[in-house]
Amino acid sequence: MAFLTDRKRAMGLGSAKSGTAHHWSMTLSSVALLVLLPLFVFTFGAALGGTYEEIVAYYARPFPAIVAALTILVTFKHFNDGVQTLLEDYVHGLAQKVSIVVMTCISYGAAAVGIFAIARLAL
Amino acid sequence: MADVNRGNRPLSPHLSIYRPQLTSMTSILTRITGNAMLITALLVVWWFLAASSGQGYFDIVNGVLTSWFGDLVMFFSVLGLWYHTLAGVRHLIWDNAVMMDIPTAEKLGWACIGGSVLLTLITVSVV
Repeated sequence: MAFLTDRKRAMGLGSAKSGTAHHWSMTLSSVALLVLLPLFVFTFGAALGGTYEEIVAYYARPFPAIVAALTILVTFKHFNDGVQTLLEDYVHGLAQKVSIVVMTCISYGAAAVGIFAIARLAL
Repeated sequence: MADVNRGNRPLSPHLSIYRPQLTSMTSILTRITGNAMLITALLVVWWFLAASSGQGYFDIVNGVLTSWFGDLVMFFSVLGLWYHTLAGVRHLIWDNAVMMDIPTAEKLGWACIGGSVLLTLITVSVV
């Protein structure tokens, strides 16, 4: 044991084995959303309430469409990482695995629907 | 080494013995707002899907989102969004192991609450 460093003795212990990557992913998406969300709130907010023709014309412009597509993509990635932590904290056993799978499907599914819709609207 | 008594041991009390504090309340509110906004995100995606599908579908979904109830949901979504955003900034600050002493943490908590109300009022008046 005397030849082992403190770090080597601690490595692999504890309940979490891959928390650093998850935390860093959360940090990256949160900083991205810090930029994207104010842009999205004020472009989407400006469009919401318009007529069908106004909405179609508005989202044919590149800036609102790209902001909306990026916001939806990063939001659902951030949500998926966040809800996974929530489920790991409060749901256990098989129900935990099932709920994480379901929420992951919802996250990527909703992101795909959103990006497809914006692409069709913009092009 | 078989742990025959697993799950049937007495637990020390934890959450139940603490009075509610600003730091714990602002912490759990971050999680609640973040996860509750799934509803908002799905509504926004639904609205985009409807807008890309044509006039008829758009009118239905747009009618839901701009009804008084839709307005109410959007108002609380904006409040939750700004709260979660400011609380997230607080976490980005704390990740550097600074401002973690209790008086500063409580000041940051009040900043999240006050800031989110202020940003919501600005958002509602602009859009």
